[in-house]
Amino acid sequence: MFAAFTSAYIVRREEGNWLEFDLPSILLVNTAVIILSSVSMQLAHNAAKKDNLGTLKTMLLITLVLGIAFLVGQWYGWADLVQHNIYFGGTGSNPSGSFLYVLTGVHGFHLITGLIFVLIVFLSSLKYKVHSKNMLRIQLCTVYWHFLGGLWLYLYIFLRINH
Amino acid sequence: MSSTDISINEEVHHAHEEHDHHHEQNFIEKYIFSQDHKTIAKQFLFTGIAWAFIGGFLSILFRLQLGWPEATFTFLEPILGGWIENGKLNPEFYLALVTMHGTIMVFFVLTAGLSGTFSNFLIPLQLGARDMASGFMNMLSFWIFFLSSIVLFSSLFISTGPAAGGWTVYPPLSALPEAIQGSGDGMTMWLIAMALFIVSQLLGGVNYITTIINLRTKGMSMTKMPLTIWAFFLTAILGLLAFPVLLSASLLLIFDRSFGTSFFLSDIYIAGQALTNTGGSPILFQHLFWFLGHPEVYIVIMPAMGLVSEVIATNSRKPIFGYRAMIGSLIGISVLSFVVWAHHMFVTGMNPFLGSVFMFLTLIIAVPSAVKVFNWIATLWRGNIRFTAAMMFAIGFVSLFISGGLTGIILGNSSLDIQLHDTYFVVAHFHLVMGAAAFFGMFCGVYHWFPKMFGRMMDEKLGAVHFWLTFIAVYLVFMPMHYLGIAGFPRRYYNWTGFETFNIFTDMNTFISISAILGFSAQFIFLFNFIYSIYRGRRASANPWHSNTLEWTTPALPGHGNWPGEIPAVYRWPYDYSKPGAAEDYIPQTVPFSQTASSNLPHERELE
Repeated sequence: MFAAFTSAYIVRREEGNWLEFDLPSILLVNTAVIILSSVSMQLAHNAAKKDNLGTLKTMLLITLVLGIAFLVGQWYGWADLVQHNIYFGGTGSNPSGSFLYVLTGVHGFHLITGLIFVLIVFLSSLKYKVHSKNMLRIQLCTVYWHFLGGLWLYLYIFLRINH
Repeated sequence: MSSTDISINEEVHHAHEEHDHHHEQNFIEKYIFSQDHKTIAKQFLFTGIAWAFIGGFLSILFRLQLGWPEATFTFLEPILGGWIENGKLNPEFYLALVTMHGTIMVFFVLTAGLSGTFSNFLIPLQLGARDMASGFMNMLSFWIFFLSSIVLFSSLFISTGPAAGGWTVYPPLSALPEAIQGSGDGMTMWLIAMALFIVSQLLGGVNYITTIINLRTKGMSMTKMPLTIWAFFLTAILGLLAFPVLLSASLLLIFDRSFGTSFFLSDIYIAGQALTNTGGSPILFQHLFWFLGHPEVYIVIMPAMGLVSEVIATNSRKPIFGYRAMIGSLIGISVLSFVVWAHHMFVTGMNPFLGSVFMFLTLIIAVPSAVKVFNWIATLWRGNIRFTAAMMFAIGFVSLFISGGLTGIILGNSSLDIQLHDTYFVVAHFHLVMGAAAFFGMFCGVYHWFPKMFGRMMDEKLGAVHFWLTFIAVYLVFMPMHYLGIAGFPRRYYNWTGFETFNIFTDMNTFISISAILGFSAQFIFLFNFIYSIYRGRRASANPWHSNTLEWTTPALPGHGNWPGEIPAVYRWPYDYSKPGAAEDYIPQTVPFSQTASSNLPHERELE
């Protein structure tokens, strides 16, 4: 799906009549935040493997907080765009801006689902249901979270290169 | 996430004696929100058949208009109400009929109805699995599909009518509610229905792939799988790669329609007023749509190919000719299907060089397709053919696939396509090669696996009548369309009597419409046979066709878990028919080589 959006972006950009603008600088901060959250997620995963339940809970909480921080950061990024008169739709909007909103928006939507997943794992870790003999849940969650992080990295680099 | 926990526990049970912990299910668990793959398959089948009749009926309505352009249809008023004005069919409703016929047939019948039914039914049975990898996701897949069906179905009844921009919903027509009535609420509902449909397909597809990779029984290597499973496997992969692209396109279209973006819109005047949208590109939508759309036609046809391969081998009493070549050609078709989409867009003003690249790739698809056709014919060659209803439909499939495929070579040439684009030639081509052929594959599957689904046989005589009427009607409908198309007769036109050139085709159009009505009526024979046989059909034995694959080793009506007792192990490929030296003309996959010493080939001796 993201491959479709990004290739559509390139195809469309080649056709001209494309409004160029600077990416909000906060996106770089967000990128750092999401990489950090991936690290903490991996640490949580390792802690669960070693039955290190205290660390597990802290790390999951850190991941959760970082994930929310990323979303808030994205929101500020959007606010920044609006300040520079780059809108999603309506008069004066250009597909270049709309594409940015769609890419970040759809990623954000997936990230929210990821956050819900992390939250569920966190809650069940409070009930001592996540440990070395019950790894499936946290394993799936870690894979998904890394996917979301990697996806954002791809999108960010993509947007950097194609601007 | 409770479902993951449950599945872990269940797997522990699998290792022991599975059917011990079978608990009684109430009506809702058993028939409605069932997680059993056989029940879900039947749910898909029933919904698919219902949709097929609706879709077919819509086509009869617009065939009436095309066949008798001067007639008045006051007798349709009780059904169509306001869409008949002074005895004439409303032109915008005609467009809606065409659109809905396409959408229903391509997506709801031949995608969900065909692979939904047979992937669900056959994958666990032919692989030797108790059920799908995730029964819950499977159930979800059906019910989301059902929800999507309801949304699409109810769009038929809203006052502005259903979507009317063609099944390909090209913007800007589909993006501007003020353009035609059908681009209003009907289009919104179309998009919602498609989004739900895609979610359902993805859930189903992930499940099929996981099951095929993980849940094969002992001895069932990838190269011992029946060709049906290979076809379903590759179909699911195609769906998983292609459908998200359609979702992206629909999402952008939704944004354009409802949020004022301009992904697909630019410099448009409507009713003399300029729209504010700038910078969009409607061609972009076509790229996205056909990147799904072309694999989609293989999503439709490949399950049919798999079913037909199996039925032809069984009823010719011969091993399938070129088993590995069959797998190879399926893989070839799957890969190529992703790099040919722009052959639908030769007339969009694309670079002619790019056009020739896509033309070249498109024509290469003829190679694996021809490999398949020759292998089917070679399998039939000098076989002890049993003309069961399923077999007749399988042979009919091969016939239609050849006749429709040949015109594909013509249309794939960009220079010829410029003349033939959007004429009835295209309509004839794709109806033969993917419409009627996939339907024949579906009928072939229903007739062949009906005994395993319902424990009873369908009536063979009625099946034969159904086959011949359908087969003749299909050719009578679509063969003349080629001539209309070569003459330049455009598709999607409500009324052509205004054009002097086309008036000579009045009789031909009437003829096509009469044939279409004949063909549609013949389907009621099938419907009767189907419903009657569920209740009153002759009781089936466990293996009525003397077939080799695993599903025929289950009881006549397999229960929950498919096999009472242990799952059988597999020792040989599924096509040991008429093996020289064997006692019977078939050796099921579950028979070890040690029991068939008389028929073993030299390299099989060491496996004894």
